[in-house]
Amino acid sequence: MTTPTLSPSSIEGLLSTRRLSRWVLAGIPVGCLLVSLLVFAVTPFQGRADFLVFFFFLYMIVQTTVSAVVEGRRRAVDRFVLALVIGAFVAAIAPLLSVLGFTIARGAKRFDWTFFTHSMSGVAESDNNGGAYHAIIGTVEQIGIATAIAVPFGVLVSIYLTEYAKGRFGRAVSFFVDVMTGVPSIVAGLFILAAWVLAFGFGHSGFAGALALMVLMLPTVVRSSEEMLKLVPPSLREGGLALGLTRTRVVLHIVVPAALPGIVTGIMLAIARIAGESAPLLLTVFGNVATNTDPFSGAQSALPLFVFNEAGNNNQTAIDRAWTGALTLIILVMLLNLIARVGVALLSSKRA
Amino acid sequence: MTAPAHSNRPLRSLSRRERFANGEIQDRAFGFLAIIAGYLLLAILAAIALFLVLKAVPALNKNLANFFTYKQWNPDATKTAANGLDDVPHPQFGIGALAFGTVFTSLIALALAVPVAIGVALFIAYYAPRRLAMALGYIVDLLAAVPSVVYGLWGLIFLVPHLIPLSKWLTRYFHWIPILGTDGGFGKSVFAAALVLAVMILPIIAAISREVFLQVPQTQREAALALGATRWEMIRISVLPFGKSGVASATVLGFGRALGETIAVALVLSSNFEIVYKIFTPGGNTIAANIANQYGDAGKIGLGALIASGLVLFVITLIVNLFARFIARRAIPAGSVV
Repeated sequence: MTTPTLSPSSIEGLLSTRRLSRWVLAGIPVGCLLVSLLVFAVTPFQGRADFLVFFFFLYMIVQTTVSAVVEGRRRAVDRFVLALVIGAFVAAIAPLLSVLGFTIARGAKRFDWTFFTHSMSGVAESDNNGGAYHAIIGTVEQIGIATAIAVPFGVLVSIYLTEYAKGRFGRAVSFFVDVMTGVPSIVAGLFILAAWVLAFGFGHSGFAGALALMVLMLPTVVRSSEEMLKLVPPSLREGGLALGLTRTRVVLHIVVPAALPGIVTGIMLAIARIAGESAPLLLTVFGNVATNTDPFSGAQSALPLFVFNEAGNNNQTAIDRAWTGALTLIILVMLLNLIARVGVALLSSKRA
Repeated sequence: MTAPAHSNRPLRSLSRRERFANGEIQDRAFGFLAIIAGYLLLAILAAIALFLVLKAVPALNKNLANFFTYKQWNPDATKTAANGLDDVPHPQFGIGALAFGTVFTSLIALALAVPVAIGVALFIAYYAPRRLAMALGYIVDLLAAVPSVVYGLWGLIFLVPHLIPLSKWLTRYFHWIPILGTDGGFGKSVFAAALVLAVMILPIIAAISREVFLQVPQTQREAALALGATRWEMIRISVLPFGKSGVASATVLGFGRALGETIAVALVLSSNFEIVYKIFTPGGNTIAANIANQYGDAGKIGLGALIASGLVLFVITLIVNLFARFIARRAIPAGSVV
């Protein structure tokens, strides 16, 4: 821990110095804005991003200098950090707004009926029709299967961890759930490729992709439902046991129902997380231009794969399809997120 | 919950039917099922390692180059045989350039993301108005919700062209810094890939740092303020020392994420197999992006070679993640001393 550097003299200095008035604090950014506008009007400087950066630096310099002269070094540093921290937040939000704005603007062009009712079968790169019907079907099936496997499996592991686990094995499972969280999605894809597709010889299919997604989804489901089960007060369990219920009944009829809303929220977030995965699907589902409704045989498509494939083309028509695919994907993921978040908000307000 | 469920066992032993009726058999079965689920999870992890090794070894045995130092990737190449007529396999592949590119790109991404993430975490924890803080946290979390392929598309179409003026400007004035500059031309570069990665790992680093910063004991913060510290001084003397190891752990976790990111990097990098350390040079590559790019054309040895590179990625991310947990675990006892 660093030694606090508040010597008595500096405290005295802090207490006695003048503070900048509200008018000066508001005037500095306005002045800097005007100067920046002037500079960009008369010099070769141009570009919106450049303007913002120029304005930000000018503002930092002017404000810190004025503050240092009037209020002293310590307050100047404080104001400097405040501006820096706000700048960091703006810098973090800017890409989000840029991605969303760009995707909506570019994706709207092909966001039409054809896009949602046609596949890419017989459609050339340069054609301006074609759609993602096959990819949407594939995505829904793959996510559905992955969820159907990962949810019971994951919830069971979390029940094991909260209700049964003790000693070294329980700690090992908990530890390896953490390890599993860090497995890169492409490695999960390679695993299913090496095992299911190559070693067992089942070939590419939607189901293989679902298995890879399941591997990615599992640790998220386990962790989130474990957190929720831990929140259930022990007195509920003890009450059930005291009434003579078996442990299974206590878990299934008391503990899980009490934690259910939270578990469902965690599952929604886990689905949102895997819905956008493309790397593992590339290796296991492979991609297909035609509609294949059978997830158990033959290559399928998926929305993220569709975007990846279309983005790799040079034709503007293909790029347009990629953007609309991206927009559809974002809407899907954001919707899942929103449902989960609103669920949490409603839940916590009800509890409170 | 330590009390056994059946502490009052009946005096006479029950028949199977009775044990089924009072739920004992179901109880046993369910407990068994839960343990099986735990074992199955461990089995999946073991299977990941097992099958990757199983499929990687044959290709590695056929490899005529050193897998760890060779830079090119020609696993399905052939050579004219000694009789001058037949083509025989002549696989040569290595992760020399790929492993360097993976670590280098991720390190640049960290250098870009960590300062911003710490700023964001401090802003949400200690600067933003209380009422807004939670909503602002959600907005930053939304960055993590955008699918990686969308980031890739955005990076390819929007970011790469818009970065060219900045790259030119930085190259003109700072070319004496070794990693800045280009070997020719501007376009899809390590810098663009690192910037996209930085955006993708920022939310996780910011979220963990924010949690750690919020755990600083109120007494410590108030003590600093009571001594007359400004807000920044309070953060410097009470929040940052407390949160240091948490932020370090978050950084390492973010590094692990960046190492394994595939599709966004595959779209933004124009891959080659050279060691590219000038970040504006078109080129560079990563293990994960190479898998995505080469997979479609890979032959039998090619697939094995890609799986071998994936195994290396798996091991690297495993070590990185274990290291992050190690830091985090050590952090807690040190920080909890109030």
